Amino acid sequence: MNMFRRLKVTMGAALAVGLASTLAVHADEQFFPLQSYRVGPYAAGGTGFFGGFIDYLNLINIRDGGVNGVKVTWDEGETQYEVERGVEVYERLKSRPGTAAWNPLSVGIAYAMIDRITKDRVPLITINHGRTDSTDGRVFPYVFPLLLNPYSETSGMVNYLASREGGRDKLKGKKIVVLYHGSPYGKETIPIYKLLADKYGFSLEQIEVPHPGNEQQSQWLSIRRAKPDYVVLRGWGVMNPVALKTAQKVGFPADHIIGNVWSNSEEDVIPAGDAAKGYIAITTQASGAEYPVLQQVIKAVYGANKGNLDDKKRIGSVYHNLGIVNGILNVEAIRTAQAKFGKRTLTGDEVRWGFEHLQLDPARVEALGAKGLFHSINVTWDNHEGDGRVTFQQWDGSKWKVVSDWIAPDWAFLRPIIEKSSTAYAKEHGIKIRASGEDPVSQ
Amino acid sequence: MAHLARTKTGRPTAETLWIGIGIVVAYGVVPFAGSDYLLDAVLTPFLVLALAAVGLNVLTGYAGQVSLGSAAFLAVGAYAAYNLHLRVPGLPLLLDLVLAGGIAAAIGIVFGLPSLRLRGFYLAVSTLAAQFFVQWALTKFGWFSNDNPSGVIDAPVLRIGSVSFTTAAERYVFSLTIVVVLTLLTLLLLRSQSGRNFIAVRDHEIAAKVVGVPLLRTKLLAFGMSSFLIGVAGVLWAFAYLRTVEPAGFNLDRSFQILFIIIIGGLASLRGSFIGAAFIVVFPLLLSRIGAALLGRVFDSGVLEMSQHIVIGALIIVFLIAEPRGLIALWDRAWSAVRPARRPTIPT
Amino acid sequence: MFDYQFLIEVLIGGLLSGVMYSLVAIGFVLIYKTSGVLNFAQGAMLLFAALTFVSLVERGTPFVAALAATLAIMIALGIAVERTVLRPLVNQPPITLFMATLGLSYVIEGAAQLLWGTQVHGLDIGISDTPFEVAGVLISRLDLFAAAVAGGLVALFALFFRYTRTGLSFRAVADDQFAALAVGLRLPRVWGAVWAVAGIVALVGGLLWGARLGVQFSLSLVVLKALPVLVLGGFDSIAGAIVGGLLVGAIEKLAEVYVGPFFGGGIEVWAAYVVALGFLLIRPSGLFGQKLVERV
Repeated sequence: MNMFRRLKVTMGAALAVGLASTLAVHADEQFFPLQSYRVGPYAAGGTGFFGGFIDYLNLINIRDGGVNGVKVTWDEGETQYEVERGVEVYERLKSRPGTAAWNPLSVGIAYAMIDRITKDRVPLITINHGRTDSTDGRVFPYVFPLLLNPYSETSGMVNYLASREGGRDKLKGKKIVVLYHGSPYGKETIPIYKLLADKYGFSLEQIEVPHPGNEQQSQWLSIRRAKPDYVVLRGWGVMNPVALKTAQKVGFPADHIIGNVWSNSEEDVIPAGDAAKGYIAITTQASGAEYPVLQQVIKAVYGANKGNLDDKKRIGSVYHNLGIVNGILNVEAIRTAQAKFGKRTLTGDEVRWGFEHLQLDPARVEALGAKGLFHSINVTWDNHEGDGRVTFQQWDGSKWKVVSDWIAPDWAFLRPIIEKSSTAYAKEHGIKIRASGEDPVSQ
Repeated sequence: MAHLARTKTGRPTAETLWIGIGIVVAYGVVPFAGSDYLLDAVLTPFLVLALAAVGLNVLTGYAGQVSLGSAAFLAVGAYAAYNLHLRVPGLPLLLDLVLAGGIAAAIGIVFGLPSLRLRGFYLAVSTLAAQFFVQWALTKFGWFSNDNPSGVIDAPVLRIGSVSFTTAAERYVFSLTIVVVLTLLTLLLLRSQSGRNFIAVRDHEIAAKVVGVPLLRTKLLAFGMSSFLIGVAGVLWAFAYLRTVEPAGFNLDRSFQILFIIIIGGLASLRGSFIGAAFIVVFPLLLSRIGAALLGRVFDSGVLEMSQHIVIGALIIVFLIAEPRGLIALWDRAWSAVRPARRPTIPT
Repeated sequence: MFDYQFLIEVLIGGLLSGVMYSLVAIGFVLIYKTSGVLNFAQGAMLLFAALTFVSLVERGTPFVAALAATLAIMIALGIAVERTVLRPLVNQPPITLFMATLGLSYVIEGAAQLLWGTQVHGLDIGISDTPFEVAGVLISRLDLFAAAVAGGLVALFALFFRYTRTGLSFRAVADDQFAALAVGLRLPRVWGAVWAVAGIVALVGGLLWGARLGVQFSLSLVVLKALPVLVLGGFDSIAGAIVGGLLVGAIEKLAEVYVGPFFGGGIEVWAAYVVALGFLLIRPSGLFGQKLVERV
């Protein structure tokens, strides 16, 4: 079963790592501390994301011998998605030499780390999630909500609905219900949906589902009575399949339900069975294994029995591909920083510089074998999100299929709102707002 | 639970001496010798959870009222202190701490009212109402988190007068002091008439009523006292330990964790609360380090973690079977084996 | 104009959800009634049953064979729990027993995931969940089926308790342990049997809840839905679990739809507890619970 195959694989990998580490004691290394979660309620997402991240790092070591010869290494600490365990892992691993960046994939843990990593001067990457106002690199020099923050996600969703209706002016008079998880995460976008409703003239109703969301009869009955054109699902964990199942129960069509980034994985739809057929969700990275980079992972990493996923069927799944894209962005940031600072082990601050100059245009993305997997990124010292584009996928009962172009959120509209929040934070915490991309401490 | 009772008087002076030495070490050696990891990720949470356990022990161990809502009062303490600090400019930190504890106590008394009618698990499950209601309210009303879009609060710098506590060692010393002082005060309370009333109510409520123990006052005092201590622990949790908290961190699992501490450590024993907290905080870390060191190359971290889950669960059961009175009973037995002359054997 | 049809729809939805809560609550009641243990591991058992079943089916075992195998495993698990955990803890205070079942839930959850992995699964029990309409009110087929199963289960228990030897000894033990012991009933055997039955109830609950939520870790959280049911109905009454479940389901949904909007929604989580609490202040042992008589 599971365990025994895993045993064989990891033994092989351990041997290889052991050998490599004895041979390469003095070589330059760049270290990734991983606060993974492979147990508990969110284990399915954790194994996919960290599996993809590790697979890509393995690919870099096997295929290229590291980033310009600098090996990438990592160590995992289990958090079970709990904040204090994440902090414990942080305190335990933070003094490792050559730490490149932290990638917790947990909003709670990321929040608890902001003060700590700023003091210790190491980047914190919260791809696709995290604190919206950390997009403002002037106030949060070490925090990077790469590709997408919750506000851009909201704008991207509305833009998609507009394109489906045939233009933004067509949204006027439409009715949208947002079904959100009863947690700070779920509530975060309430004001943005309101703003966009005012701006485009659609009517809006936002309904809360209490955590964990395994009962939604009353919410969906209210939705049935409201007769909306679309339901936006801002769900989490078990809330997603239950929403789809309950929608079916009240006869609401699945293809008019649009899920956000935490409602867009296979794990969210498979438990719902047939009820999920036709359901659409936002993503920053398309799923599927047909992209060259995924093929290389399959050949070089899984071929050498070093793959991190137990179940090869999960290669190319939403979380696995998010892990791969996260790997690409981290590795390219290191590469970018190496071009300036030299091909050696970099400090956290140097890696931060790399992230602040992480510019991958579609041509570069294609050269990396990721054309179609994600669109592009353009991080600058003051824009730590990097203008990621989103696309939409539809579940056909067995896999996700892309059903839209790459859509750009309305960044210009959101930026002032973000800056208002980040400057308030700066004031509250006595942070000096950076005026340029120079070293945040020397200013 | 009558046989769990053990009066606190007559403990050998040698042990008091050892506790004294422990305090000296905790102040004089640990802050200087301990690494950041030890102080920040092990000792500080240990102290905070121990204080919360002392609080729950007052209620459950001494007064016999089971509560499953401790995490709610941790949350009340943390958010109350945050809001007091934010909205009352110039409020001294210690006063803030006490007021936050007071607010937790007031809410604790409200949720303790059903205890006048309910017993056992009916009461225990009713305290879940506090658990869910508080978490809901903190999430629902943005005012509590100063309208932070993510509901997360950031702790202010700990400062008493001109002294600020910012490094891991300083925050540890701050927590240590609060915990030691409150534990001593609790001890005094428990040795007073009120403490004896608690035990009377626990051991036989009707009998206690007959001999003239004021039930209403005693029970509500237990709820208030307990919530006060847990509330202050919540402030430390938010301000000295994590420094940023969200309502989701105060879930039912946290309540169970604190309940585990007092059961594993020993009901109606303040020392037991400390031993239990040490066990609950340190043991999983130890297990995971040992597991990773011995088997990390063989199994991946997921398999290891699940095995640890099983081991911890099994160990709890084994402990309960081997010594239902908790680790403190083992400790005392070991102690009396070492110093048989100074102490009569513990009644079983 | 008040929308009565909507009210009826909400009410029916609530009652049908309530049946699902009752299914979990019955497992608690069986064990509490006979051995005085509030078995928090009931949720973990539910998860374990559903995960075992669905993993067997996914590995190609025929539906019936998987069901039989899971049933056997759950009975074995129940008996093993009684042997290894409960029997050594006989006569300990209820809180100790409760904590032991919490420890047990860690073990079972860990073992379930170690054995079968952490993946989520869909569970198809062969009933499509498309609704049908009665006078403008939508009714879920799956919920109706669940209600029928719950009804059948309760009827079965009623017969079992009335007409079988084991059933009668259950009731004797529940009534008075010492008297039961005195007339020669072997308590451990009765306890073993009752844990096995709780295992079966967990399987039924696990399959029906699994069909609703999918089979995944959060399945074990459904115990939280059962607790207010227990308070309302009484910890030791099966009839109470049924009536309590229906009441909690209806109260929850009505509160969420009609009271929720005044607070911004999401009050379901605690509304049931508050109502149960208010009710308890009038009847401290629940609707059908046994009243304790205390003497000095």
